[in-house]
Amino acid sequence: MNYKMLSRINGEILLMEAVFMIPPLIISLHDGEHKAATAFFYTIGITILVALLLIAISRRAHRRFYAREGLVSTAICWIVMSLLGCLPFCISGEIPNFVDAFFEIVSGFTTTGASIVPNVEVLSRGILFWRSFSHWVGGMGVLVFLLAIVPTSGRDSGFTLHILRAESPGPSVGKIVPKMKETAKILYILYVILTVANIGFLMAGGMPVFDSFCTAFGTAGTGGFGVKADSIAGYSPYLQNVTTVFMILFGVNFSCYYLLILKKFTAVLFDEELHMYLGIILGSVLLITWNLHGFYPTIEETLRHSFFQVGSIITTTGYATTDFDKWPSFSKAILLALMVIGASAGSTGGGLKCARFLLLMKGLHRNIRHVLNPQRVQLVRVNGHTVDEQVITNTNSYLAAYMVIIIVSTLILSLDEFSFETNFSAVLCTFNNIGPGFGLVGPTGNFSQYSSLSKLIICFNMLAGRLEIFPMLALCSRSTWKRL
Amino acid sequence: MKILIAGNGKVGITLTRHLSAEGYDLTLIDLRPQVLETCMESFDVMGIAGNCASMDTLREAGVNEADLLIAMTGYDELNLLCCMTAHFMNPKLHTIARIKNPEYASQFMSMRQAFALSMIVNPDFMAAREINRLLKYPGFLKRDTFARGNVEIVELKINEDSKLSGLVLHRLGQVFRCQILVCAVLRNGEVVIPSGNFTLSSGDRIFVTGSQENLTILLHGLGVIPHPAKRVLIAGGSRISNYLATILLKTNMSVHIIESDEKRCRELSALLPNATVVHGDASDQNLLNREGLSNCDAFVTMTGVDEANIIMSLYGSHCKVPQIITKLGRAENMQLLSSLPIGSIISPRELCCNAIVRYVRAMQNLVGAAVTVHSVADGQAEAIEFIADENTPHCNEPLKTLKFKKNVLLAGITRKGRTEIPSGDSRYQIGDSLVVVSAGEVIIRQLGDIFEL
Repeated sequence: MNYKMLSRINGEILLMEAVFMIPPLIISLHDGEHKAATAFFYTIGITILVALLLIAISRRAHRRFYAREGLVSTAICWIVMSLLGCLPFCISGEIPNFVDAFFEIVSGFTTTGASIVPNVEVLSRGILFWRSFSHWVGGMGVLVFLLAIVPTSGRDSGFTLHILRAESPGPSVGKIVPKMKETAKILYILYVILTVANIGFLMAGGMPVFDSFCTAFGTAGTGGFGVKADSIAGYSPYLQNVTTVFMILFGVNFSCYYLLILKKFTAVLFDEELHMYLGIILGSVLLITWNLHGFYPTIEETLRHSFFQVGSIITTTGYATTDFDKWPSFSKAILLALMVIGASAGSTGGGLKCARFLLLMKGLHRNIRHVLNPQRVQLVRVNGHTVDEQVITNTNSYLAAYMVIIIVSTLILSLDEFSFETNFSAVLCTFNNIGPGFGLVGPTGNFSQYSSLSKLIICFNMLAGRLEIFPMLALCSRSTWKRL
Repeated sequence: MKILIAGNGKVGITLTRHLSAEGYDLTLIDLRPQVLETCMESFDVMGIAGNCASMDTLREAGVNEADLLIAMTGYDELNLLCCMTAHFMNPKLHTIARIKNPEYASQFMSMRQAFALSMIVNPDFMAAREINRLLKYPGFLKRDTFARGNVEIVELKINEDSKLSGLVLHRLGQVFRCQILVCAVLRNGEVVIPSGNFTLSSGDRIFVTGSQENLTILLHGLGVIPHPAKRVLIAGGSRISNYLATILLKTNMSVHIIESDEKRCRELSALLPNATVVHGDASDQNLLNREGLSNCDAFVTMTGVDEANIIMSLYGSHCKVPQIITKLGRAENMQLLSSLPIGSIISPRELCCNAIVRYVRAMQNLVGAAVTVHSVADGQAEAIEFIADENTPHCNEPLKTLKFKKNVLLAGITRKGRTEIPSGDSRYQIGDSLVVVSAGEVIIRQLGDIFEL
């Protein structure tokens, strides 16, 4: 394990985090929220101090950096970043309990949007902004941002691929251009352009500037922290529809947008994952609209709510325009399925990912045929390319790890004696980075009633979900820390 | 600049390492996804799996936006087809193909025209030419030239009884009465850019710059009288041996080749009527003695097995052969082997890569970009030639007033064919050719990079 390099990366990430805390500091100062402003001021100071310390001890780090280091440094970076990122909540006294504050910021960075705050409207604006901004920062990934800005000197810079792989979602992450720095830049530029467009559309619909920024950050990172107690329900139908469209856009694989810029329209048009993603959305909306017949006064409202909720859940955003916990069971069951499937690979969303689901289905189909006709040679093909068997094996083992974590977490959460629906959906919606689930943790509820142990388990789940399990598992594995 | 490399064998990977360190946009094409995967994990490059001569694969690899294609697969014909197809798709593309078959060697010029290739590389032929150069000037382990041959950088090893052993560098000029500069010293595997107070000791490998005349004076002073080799014994009848023997025989040298495969012996004998071809195992010491190892001027070990080459060279040095040249396929081991008395080391792969890197740099031809680059001290340091132009800072200022970066040395100033070894009072002018030696992590792209900011 290359500890020095690990500490250097952590130091650089913390420096960036300090910079990211400047906007909320300015907002707090502007609004005269003295407590929040001091909290941010102290946190920035502490963060810079820790960062410089880490960078100082990492001098003369050698660049031997392999897959193991990539996984571990990604996992550690996210934890360290969250440990310092929660300080403003504690110092300002708005979320005094440290575990609660940690939960809140992990939920922010992992773009989950699960909250322990009963009423967000009592929080100060600086704190609210930091909560939403953390979604934006975590959405595309901080390490990817680091890759986009730090100069990678010539030799042995292949290690950056390990970091991209560990932080970006999807079964087979690759670069879109030869240079890692350029790849990271392209991703972030697309991200910024889409976010700015989202803010523009929201402001055009008459949403206050502060609300539009926060809502757009939550949408872009597919996070889900709102600035209102009723999430998006209080805004006009236009604003709800804009948010629906942008949630779905942010759930699309970003390399599709890059292909569009390159004018490779056919590649996007025939992308199997995109077909699946949009197909699932459309199918779910139709089924839910049919199931909700008579639940809302007009067809328009039914359609709007079902579209919003489906978009919100499949992209793992977690905004709500209505209390979908009160929906009929069939609609709730569809939402539960969407929670598991999740958004596209290479997007900011979470879940199992459509690409993985596609591979699993195709693999299953192949295996059934194999049972019927053992001698037939069959390959799994996606977008006309044969998928490497290793990718399919990895996807299967991902599913296994996914199931194990869900089962174990549900067991531990059940110690708190809430209903099974609450516990199970709490695990699913945090592990898949959605936010609200059903029952006590539904759109109107929150996670504050859980014990500290459960909260920490949920934190682990959120991180594991965002980083696609393996970095977090690598952290817990004994062989990671062995010298030989 | 966007570069495609087709074929990721041994040479392909070495080339990828060199070019990615220089910061180009590299896309690799290979049939084997596993090989590409390994490459992507070690270097900042992109990999495309597929046949490099197929249009679909080339398009996917972005041939239309690329500036250069380097075809390095194991098959000459595939390399040619790859370059031709790519050139058809993008007429502005530069193409470099590796051609190994000696039968094509005589038609390189026509092939370049016929297939619109920018360059053809033949690692074996390059190695043979390099060995020939070394044989012409014995005494140095390695020789590279700059500024149209006006400056040379040579490698010497300091033996225990050498006059250089224990010498303080600033007295070097006085002792040998010549203008030379020690620009890098390799001691215990670590490269040092020495100052005037540096004391040489036995076992060091030193890199010296100077003009050819001055370097000859140094050799005389050291008691090594350079007389070109006459009798050359070659172990192994590879393609390189064939090329080398052809070149050597033209200058009337006596060439003995020992080869273990009888069929190959017959081929060689047919190809090289004037050489003595011996069928036998070259690692057999009796055979070497019988063929007159102790009487020959140079012993070149070129079998396909690195380990055998090393052992034979050790035996040659034990028999006090004046000049020994060892061919190594795996250049990674160079650092380990530098302490062994196995003479000059030749790696066809590295030679080929250096030639291509030079071509790429010339292609880029930025204002103030390097003209020539040679890697010295087993690749731990670089000697780079620049031409000073209007944008070069500190023209006409005495060097002692300038602040150079750490581990960077100005090793030679050539003006109108005259080479000066820089001192504190030297200055350079626009149009001068400057040789810079840098070691360690410093990457120098322009002349301005050598100064402390």
